[in-house]
Amino acid sequence: MSVTSKKASVEKRRNLSVGSFILLALGAFVFLFPFYYMLIGSLQTSPDTSVGGAFPEPGNLTGENYVNINGSINLFKGLLNSGIFTGGVILATLVFGLLVGYALAQMQFRGRGVVFAMMLLVQMIPFQLLLIPLYVMIVRDYGLGDNYLGMILPFAINSTAVFVFRQYFMQLPSTLFEAARIDGASELRILWQVAIPLVRPAIVTAILLTFIGPWNEFLWPFLVTKDQSLQPLAVSLANYISNIAATASNPFGAILAGACVLAAPAVVLFIFFQRQFISTNLGSSVKG
Amino acid sequence: MSLRSAGGASRWDGAPATGPEAGAPPSAGQQPAGRKLLRRKSGHPEIKQKFRPLGKQPLGLLFSAPYVIFILGVLAYPLGYAVWISFHQFYFTAPGVQVARPFVGIGNYITVLSDPAVQRSFVNILVFMVINVPLTVGLSLILANALNRITRLKTFFRVSYYVPYVTASVAVIGVWLFLFQQNGLINSLLGPLAPNPSWLVNSWLAMPTVALYVTWKQLGFFILLYLAALQNIPDELYESASVDGGNKWVQFWNITVPGVRSASVLVTLLATITGANLFTEPYLLTGGGGPDGASSSPVFLMYQKGILQGNPDVAAALGVVLVIGVLLIALIQNRLVGGKSGEE
Repeated sequence: MSVTSKKASVEKRRNLSVGSFILLALGAFVFLFPFYYMLIGSLQTSPDTSVGGAFPEPGNLTGENYVNINGSINLFKGLLNSGIFTGGVILATLVFGLLVGYALAQMQFRGRGVVFAMMLLVQMIPFQLLLIPLYVMIVRDYGLGDNYLGMILPFAINSTAVFVFRQYFMQLPSTLFEAARIDGASELRILWQVAIPLVRPAIVTAILLTFIGPWNEFLWPFLVTKDQSLQPLAVSLANYISNIAATASNPFGAILAGACVLAAPAVVLFIFFQRQFISTNLGSSVKG
Repeated sequence: MSLRSAGGASRWDGAPATGPEAGAPPSAGQQPAGRKLLRRKSGHPEIKQKFRPLGKQPLGLLFSAPYVIFILGVLAYPLGYAVWISFHQFYFTAPGVQVARPFVGIGNYITVLSDPAVQRSFVNILVFMVINVPLTVGLSLILANALNRITRLKTFFRVSYYVPYVTASVAVIGVWLFLFQQNGLINSLLGPLAPNPSWLVNSWLAMPTVALYVTWKQLGFFILLYLAALQNIPDELYESASVDGGNKWVQFWNITVPGVRSASVLVTLLATITGANLFTEPYLLTGGGGPDGASSSPVFLMYQKGILQGNPDVAAALGVVLVIGVLLIALIQNRLVGGKSGEE
């Protein structure tokens, strides 16, 4: 390519990028404004829905809403329940997902193709079809309603995370594992001391992928928990919105305060680890 | 290429007994050395395999066992159970209680399909998809394409787009209720143009507002998918197009859109599945599918009929109908969006 045409294409690209930039800035405003408004609304003494209400006014700011929502639903307990639910799913996904991911990538055994096909097929099963039978089985047959185990069970191993593990283990040279086997290391030891230290980014990616599901899940925990002290925050906040809010003095302030508490952990986590949640990682899990 | 592959093929055809060495480099230059290596390598696994019918590392079966049990117990078995329930008269019982569950054929399906509330919910979902799916595909491709062109602030934009996706629906619904209420910010901005009755309590606008909300919520994820797909389009294509005088619209329609076709198929499919799964939004945003069922969804009715009213058989039949409907829509979309990609 000659220098002049390269210059021209750079020039053209720059022109394009101004238009793109304006478009993107507009998009970012639409995406971020509700979050800003969530925070502002949660701090207002009385809800100000005029255009001016979108800017903070010193006279109208209070932390009262957080106290109110904490009085109606126990925020700490809700966060703890969400944490146990999410933590249980992440733990099960890591333990069992790493095992099966490693086996699928670096071990040769009869039935490997079947397990791999199962993993791909599972991602196509629609959850709404499983709703009624799972409810019958877990709540009615096994009596696991109002129980952390009953909450965790349907989500226990995230198949997308299993896929990510397999993809990362596949990229490691198989000679590495053959050498370790010849040296007499057991498969578990190879997995723990050789394979896992080499796929740390995969573990962070899998944790992030898995985290979104249970932390934000509403329908399933809503069905299985009737006991308020066991409900994840998403469920107790939803119950507050649909049942109790009408009786509060500043219902929107309280709802938005609860929403901020529910949203903050996920938002902070993803801003902190944004490097791990990039298109290439996701792409590798989707393209296959 | 043709010469090399022909040589390679004959080499592999000539040695059918050496099955599992697919990993060996098929370089034509080192053929004799490669052969020797293969023969030497192939000796050991063959002997070992005689003694190991479960493969070289049968422990892999044990490693896979928890996951396989999970899939069979929590996904495969309930899938069959759902279909079984939908063909029987089924009641909720306490653990361990045995009751008769007579076979009723397609009785539950007739009950479901003749219910006007169910029919309404399917119409609602169609309205939802007609708005949500094209909007999602279009906006996410445009924003991903713009994001792919800039160099500055890329991270900031990317993060701001997926923040709604990673946030709990229950939390952001709180803000949307606040924004779209009768005297909310949106209506005060619109002034006299504000709809009456307001967005979420207007039977014509409730479902479109829900569709708009879901588009906004999910868009970041689809932008990431498109970004991954866009990185696979070689820059040379754009460069040669601009040398040939193609402007950015020509480039967008002739290079970008065909280049991400397989991603478009995936985005369409996922957006459709999300739409079919709609529950939280009609439950919270429009206060239980209101007004008068104008925004109720099939999954919301499954909850209402199956769990609140105690008719799990009818709800299971509704679930089966819903899944078959989604599969049909997905097939049609695949034909429309996939287009030529099947021939590649």
